[in-house]
Amino acid sequence: MKKISDELQFDMTRSGFGRGLVELGKANKDVVVLSADLSESTRIDWFRKEFPDRFFSFGVAEQDMISTAAGFALSGKIAYACTFGVFAAGRAWDQVRVSVDYMNLNVRIIGTHAGISVGEDGYTHQALEEITLMRVLPNMTVLVPCDFVEAKHATIKSAEWKGPIYMRLGRNKSPIITDENDPFEIGKGVLLKDGGDITIVACGQMVYEALKAAEYLSKDKIDARVINIHTIKPVDESILIKAAKETGAIVTAEEHSLHGGLGSVVSEVTSRNHPVPVKMIGMTECGQTGSPQELFKCYNLMAEDITKAARAALKMKK
Amino acid sequence: MERPDANKLKTQAKELRKTILKMLANAGSGHTGGSLSLVEILLSLYFYKMKYDPRKPDWDMRDRLVLSKGHGCSALYSVLAEAGYFPKEELMTFRKFGTRLQGHPQLGLPGIEASTGSLGQGLSIANGMALTAKMEKKNSRVYCIMGDGELNEGQVWEAVMTAAHYDLDNLCGIVDNNKLQIDGWCKDVMNMAPLGDKWKSFGWNVIECDGHVFKEIMNSLDKAQGAKGKPTVILAHTVKGKGVSFIENQARWHGIAPKKDELEKALKEIDEKDQ
Repeated sequence: MKKISDELQFDMTRSGFGRGLVELGKANKDVVVLSADLSESTRIDWFRKEFPDRFFSFGVAEQDMISTAAGFALSGKIAYACTFGVFAAGRAWDQVRVSVDYMNLNVRIIGTHAGISVGEDGYTHQALEEITLMRVLPNMTVLVPCDFVEAKHATIKSAEWKGPIYMRLGRNKSPIITDENDPFEIGKGVLLKDGGDITIVACGQMVYEALKAAEYLSKDKIDARVINIHTIKPVDESILIKAAKETGAIVTAEEHSLHGGLGSVVSEVTSRNHPVPVKMIGMTECGQTGSPQELFKCYNLMAEDITKAARAALKMKK
Repeated sequence: MERPDANKLKTQAKELRKTILKMLANAGSGHTGGSLSLVEILLSLYFYKMKYDPRKPDWDMRDRLVLSKGHGCSALYSVLAEAGYFPKEELMTFRKFGTRLQGHPQLGLPGIEASTGSLGQGLSIANGMALTAKMEKKNSRVYCIMGDGELNEGQVWEAVMTAAHYDLDNLCGIVDNNKLQIDGWCKDVMNMAPLGDKWKSFGWNVIECDGHVFKEIMNSLDKAQGAKGKPTVILAHTVKGKGVSFIENQARWHGIAPKKDELEKALKEIDEKDQ
């Protein structure tokens, strides 16, 4: 892992996916890619250039694309169906449920342009609900890589995984905080910074904000632990229970709805195993047009907001 | 391929209708009308057209059937048992707790290619199978049976575009055109006429036939296989509830099963018919 004081590079998680997919195409002949008219935006045009025979276009028809991916998987393929998060999880949810999840198929649903960080496109395009919508499905694995490198790792690892996967990716360039050599295992949380006073659990771009928040807190002699949960489901319960036991309070951070998102996941795990106060940073209303920075500020998703929540959680600690 | 004996098929159809009615009555619920309309279509597929091996349900080169109108599954189950996929005794577990013969088709029962029942998804799934077969240069064919009411679903027309876009001549759609849906006559609930023209304008080869006349269905299936460069749809004109006078053409028989006295009456009527 890189230190946030380092000179950080920036790139897009969707590009990490696009790079990983090309590697997968070379390594695995069973990988097919499905597009719903967003092949450049979702970065699958890189795969198309290399493997045109395994690339299929469906036009603006997400429902058809998802069920067709199921047909490919039923015939032995590993099908990557790619579009924006809102369309993958929202418009085609019943297709995801019946055609993909209930049949437990090797379909990978890639939702890019997720989160409030989509920015200027406005609220129709800011997917804030897919973690919830996808994790309620019994067989679905849900991945939220935190940066370009992790997205590439997650993509490469996804081919061997059994059963369906939803992967949430962003539009904008965000700081690269993981390293090419960092291990990546689906279902395993990552301890980014140890600490004994409180734990900050984050996913996606909010992991960087969490690391910044931990740095701010350290100035006040508050030693915060930071955990990156790149796999929302199946979640790494042990890393969360350990954090609850050892630090006694948790703050969660996500650019996603608080109804059913990462905060809910962490609360479910802790309340079942070792209840501690959990404060949550995330969305409670629909978004609007603006730059990612403006929107993060408007909806209290900044490192400063995490810091504030951490102080409140500390007060609730027994 | 040699055609099965016409009289034998007719006898099979009679027996199948009786089995379907018994399964539904035994279950106490289910979809009578849209199962009885499927009998001749399914028999033509499984006892004439499709290549498969019930001892090897996962055989790579098999032809596949996706029953997109999953509610017609009592007919499919009884044909699959007849074809040897599983013992006929299992048919009477239909819709009972713990059965492989679920209320709508579910992966896990040999011969079932996809879980269906949420209407409109089957043709897309069939497209994925047909695209894979083309990509792998396998000559297996894919069939997809849809209801005419089901064609209201927008996704069907997305899939119709896809099949034409990819020239899926290894795919054959079959519409069980029984003219009724849950709320009444299709033309009153959502008029989709002229149906054949719609498919044609989307780039499909269209064949119409009487969906209860074996010779017509088998001719249509042969023609579909012979048509190159585009997918074919067979609009099979059928009667909802076919074979039992008091069930035929009644929308209310879409989602109910015969009671004991109705079953007896129906079985008697089928037995007494010439064919």
